[in-house]
Amino acid sequence: MNGPAARAPIAEAIDKIARQDGGRLLSSLVGSLRDFQLAEDGLQDALESALIHWNRNGLPASPNAWLMQVARRKAIDRLRRSANFHAKSAEIAHLIELENKSAAADEPDPIGDERLKLIFACCHPALDKKTCVALTLRSVCGLKTEEIANAYLDGHEAMAQRLVRARHKIAKAGIAYEVPGPDGWAARLESVLAVVYLIFNEGYASGSGHHIRADLCEEAIRLGRLLTRLKPDEPEIEGLLALMLLHHARRAARIGASGEILTLEAQDRRLWDRAEISEGLALIEQALCRRRPGPYQIQAAIIAVHAEAPSFPKTDWQQIASLYAELTRTADNPVYELNRIVAVSYVEGPATALACLKPIAMALVEYQPFYAVQADLLARDGQIDQARLAYRRAIELSQSDAEKLFLSGRLDALVRGAPTGPA
Amino acid sequence: MKYMALIYTNPATMTPPDSPNFGRMMEGYKLANETYKRDGVYVSGDALQPATTATTVRVRDGRTETMDGPFAETKEQLAGFYILDCSSLDDAIRYAAMIPGAAHGAVEVRPTMVFDR
Repeated sequence: MNGPAARAPIAEAIDKIARQDGGRLLSSLVGSLRDFQLAEDGLQDALESALIHWNRNGLPASPNAWLMQVARRKAIDRLRRSANFHAKSAEIAHLIELENKSAAADEPDPIGDERLKLIFACCHPALDKKTCVALTLRSVCGLKTEEIANAYLDGHEAMAQRLVRARHKIAKAGIAYEVPGPDGWAARLESVLAVVYLIFNEGYASGSGHHIRADLCEEAIRLGRLLTRLKPDEPEIEGLLALMLLHHARRAARIGASGEILTLEAQDRRLWDRAEISEGLALIEQALCRRRPGPYQIQAAIIAVHAEAPSFPKTDWQQIASLYAELTRTADNPVYELNRIVAVSYVEGPATALACLKPIAMALVEYQPFYAVQADLLARDGQIDQARLAYRRAIELSQSDAEKLFLSGRLDALVRGAPTGPA
Repeated sequence: MKYMALIYTNPATMTPPDSPNFGRMMEGYKLANETYKRDGVYVSGDALQPATTATTVRVRDGRTETMDGPFAETKEQLAGFYILDCSSLDDAIRYAAMIPGAAHGAVEVRPTMVFDR
């Protein structure tokens, strides 16, 4: 007899399979069932059924094959029970035929990998970005709806609804379950990479109180690794993965003793994760060798320069400034220009940099970092009163407590007359 | 699958028929029509008379009621449509992007409902 003590390991094993192989199982199911919601429901049914059967008899020889077979049968059953049974009879006949032809459950691992199709469907530009993020975390990463709702401070019901609506739209609006061809490739890939980076950034610097939600960062990195495996030789994927690894490597050094965010300048570089840095550096080098540069590769190259610098003052600022200039050429984004100006200030001095700020001031009038940069440049240029005003504006605009703490610290140091920037 | 592309434009910023841009816009529509027909996706399509010509019809208690309008408060109004037979949403989006109205107004793309029986 299996008592409650023996139940836990089976439930744990099922959770682990759902997490590790859920995306692969689901991608294959969507492929054969041609219905996202039905595949999701079928897989859920199969996981619940596994809890009962496996508790009775232990794990089957091939749990994945078992789950696939049961998921398909549950899906057929759901179709049979659905209101428009007659209309679906052709579909059901097709599925039963498929079921009869498919490998027996005792084959080691007959499941293909269609996750690339799944990722492109989940990150389709016709879905809104938040929906793409939620759908990717649920369907590709195998996170539970509850976990996603918690991470995004949403209600469980609302998140579940969002996911159902999204799967419905994928089916009804004819979002193709396929990897896009050459003509749509660049735009569609951009949308996928944006979603992955959005997940990373949500974890890295959320404005909602938590400073670093490492779990989301790790999820994004896991997705990046998956993408490099599924689609090797794509330099922007490698660039994004390198960018995330190089940022993530700094996590232990980013938060100060009182919970404030530490700037690059104030970070103890000994706390940086060297293994992640070398992995990131190798990746970005490999990507750049393909000679198809793009915004993620350039951003990763910038972080790589920082990662290789022995200290803040000894950073190759000239190189950083020219990389930001290159980045500005890929997209007209005043934030890139702001970062270029910061680099320029360490090469040509704060006065030159302050003059460069003027043309972008209008575009960044509501952007907190603009005022933080301006304040720092003014202070280094000896314009203390002006610097104070800029810090106050930055604090006003800040959404995060850790950021406010950091900016107030800077402002206080200024009032006391302590030096702020590097000499 | 059939998709309806609903073209919404702002009448205030419409290209006047006597301007050189009008000819260019019409060329754009001609090109779109030719492409749709060449690729075999064209089902139908038309421009609509201005919203001021619209009549709303309702049947209440078996009686037909009509009303002038609707004269939508929104800046962008329904100005025309296409029905296109495409293999996926991506194709439908690609074809919708060729509609000149998309460059200054907006095109809403929606699949038509298919009833099983």
